[in-house]
Amino acid sequence: MSKLYSGAEIVFKCLEAQDVEYIFGYPGGAVLPIYDELKNHDSIKHILARHEQGAGHAAEGYARSSGKPGVVLVTSGPGATNAVTALTDAYMDSIPLVCISGQVPTHLIGTDAFQECDTTGITRPCTKHNWLVKDVKDLSKIIHKAFEVATTGRPGPVLVDIPKDIQFQKTKYVNLIKRKKLNGKIHNKFSQGEIDQLVKLMVNSSKPILYTGGGVINSGPKASELLRELVSLTGFPITSTLQGLGSYPGDDNQFLGMLGMHGTYEANNAMHDCDLMINIGARFDDRITGKIDEFSPKSKKVHIDIDPSSINKNVKVDLPIVGDVSEVMLSVIKTLKKKHSNFASSNKEKTSKWWEKISEWRSVNSLNFINSDKTIKPQHAIQRLYELTKDKDTYITTEVGQHQMWAAQHYKFNKPNRWMTSGGLGTMGYGLPAAVGVQIAHPDKLVVDIAGEASVLMTIQEMSTAVQYNLPIKIFILNNEYMGMVRQWQELLHEKNYSESYTAALPDFVKLAEAYGCVGIRAKTPDELDEKIKEMINVNKPVIFDCLVDKEENCFPMIPSGKPHNQMLLGPNDQKENKITGKGKTLV
Amino acid sequence: MSKPKSAYSIPGKKQKSDTHVIVVWVDNEAGVLARVVGLFSGRGYNIESLAVAEVDSKLNISRITIVTTGTPQVIEQIKLQLGKLVPVHKVADFMRGDKKIIFKEMALLKIVGNNIKRKKAIKFCKKFNPVVLDKTNKSVVIQITALRREIDTIMTDLKKTGLVSVSRTGAVAMTRGAEIFK
Repeated sequence: MSKLYSGAEIVFKCLEAQDVEYIFGYPGGAVLPIYDELKNHDSIKHILARHEQGAGHAAEGYARSSGKPGVVLVTSGPGATNAVTALTDAYMDSIPLVCISGQVPTHLIGTDAFQECDTTGITRPCTKHNWLVKDVKDLSKIIHKAFEVATTGRPGPVLVDIPKDIQFQKTKYVNLIKRKKLNGKIHNKFSQGEIDQLVKLMVNSSKPILYTGGGVINSGPKASELLRELVSLTGFPITSTLQGLGSYPGDDNQFLGMLGMHGTYEANNAMHDCDLMINIGARFDDRITGKIDEFSPKSKKVHIDIDPSSINKNVKVDLPIVGDVSEVMLSVIKTLKKKHSNFASSNKEKTSKWWEKISEWRSVNSLNFINSDKTIKPQHAIQRLYELTKDKDTYITTEVGQHQMWAAQHYKFNKPNRWMTSGGLGTMGYGLPAAVGVQIAHPDKLVVDIAGEASVLMTIQEMSTAVQYNLPIKIFILNNEYMGMVRQWQELLHEKNYSESYTAALPDFVKLAEAYGCVGIRAKTPDELDEKIKEMINVNKPVIFDCLVDKEENCFPMIPSGKPHNQMLLGPNDQKENKITGKGKTLV
Repeated sequence: MSKPKSAYSIPGKKQKSDTHVIVVWVDNEAGVLARVVGLFSGRGYNIESLAVAEVDSKLNISRITIVTTGTPQVIEQIKLQLGKLVPVHKVADFMRGDKKIIFKEMALLKIVGNNIKRKKAIKFCKKFNPVVLDKTNKSVVIQITALRREIDTIMTDLKKTGLVSVSRTGAVAMTRGAEIFK
């Protein structure tokens, strides 16, 4: 007879079989049997967060920077509800997470027991799938299945809810069985016919653009290599969504910068005027398309995505190709090489006018800002941070707001998995715990959280985690004392009624850093900025960097209310002529 | 409504809505109905009627029939989103008017009244395979199977004959001829 294991032991046997090295979690009554078992498994290290949301975001940072699924372990009730924000965040940005939650014993479920909540009910809309384990015999099968669901197809979070009595009960362990077919949920069935059609469109196009997204990152490092090959083979211009940054070198000449609400003038105009748009692993999000009726009116649209439900959801496309972007790109490259070996040279002539137009847009220099020698401009701070860290293979996380957009605009990424930001859900407080997770995955790399002072306060308690595990993360706060993006919208759209967007009584971030046992640095003027940034980089401890920036700087360019891509607001000089007018505005 | 100010997305042009019948085969496990229904409510889709029961006890498969209205784009999304759910095996979709498909709903009708009224009620129901399930000297319970709108009509007709209670199922669907849903 084979050995019997308790539910808690089975959890760890499964995690070991899945090569899990780190769990991010927080103990509590209903997961104590699992925590009790932790000591017997040396290959798995537990990272104690200070809040379950922090544990979730840390697991996201770990997953995004390493390509492996992040594992979260929380208790029932408040433990599970605190993890909901992180699960939703991972769901929106397609991050593979496996969350294991404790639950009250089976016989107490439904009795409003202490720390009971309907965890599977609450997390149903924010996970790819979830399970309540009712029989210990199902446990190993469910956990392995959970990893499979989280990591295959379009990745995402899953949750396994394990009642406390199940954690104690004993049964046999069923090992992981590798299967080829996965319940028909993996879609990679594109045909050569579709590839041929795409190639034909590419050959005939004189104003093409590649629009790439997070799918390229999620498809693995190979996808980024293939994308580079495709771009150099075709000579097409390329723009990227917020999540796609890094899949193509940000300083390359064919790269037009980020597109969308705060994208560059050249990227958005090229999207609007193109005759062929090839969407690779992006999802026509509303922050990308602007006014949907006037979105890129003259183009044929191709959409390559692994998730069939992303296709035709927001924008009707002419040629959908459902598949893993790496494999689709590989087929396209092969077909191009075989059938159109001189494509690059013949295409150069055909698109030369298009490139001229793009250079014209580029000359507007839409990311420009008026620098100052008295106050630190936030854009300048990011540019200096970039210049001083670009040779170091730096990992950047962000919170949400103006600083996030400035980071996306001014920090140039050259490799995938170096940029972790909450795009879909827009979770303030994401960056600090995400940096913790990134640093766990890459202990010797420089990890910087570009933060705003409002966002960072939402999860500041995770500094304690960073200190506990000697994680030298750098929290680079662009401190303008305002919820900057809220203030910007209020200035531009609500007659400067700055309702509740100023944060009075901010903590002294340098003293706060010291209180946590890390290092606090403050920069007040442009003159001292470089020195202080260098000081930050050279400290081998967690740092909170309080960078006091211009309080009233706005993030431009910006596609204003209800406008299509080709009507952008540029910097301060442009604003007077391009007022946002009243017609047809709805609240989002 | 006061003028909303901070706007980014503006709703596009609305397409025409059609009524569709969506048939979904799912693993009969805890919470599966909540997943399907939650998907509809969470994404703002309509449910006009819903019928669900296990159809294969060996394979543990339930068949869910949902009547919904939406633009072609929405119907397409419903199918694709349903297809993504882990316990969903397959999804079929038909326009309500589709000639190749049979749709039926069942209704139980309780009539309270004298003999004349009860007889009249049964006569009204004649076209819809009436079965008398229960009879007393004051009342009768009639089972009928028909289309939704036919049941709607008959309910108005039966008001005068002493209809006091109605219980209706959602629509179920089946292909005509030898073909089966793929």
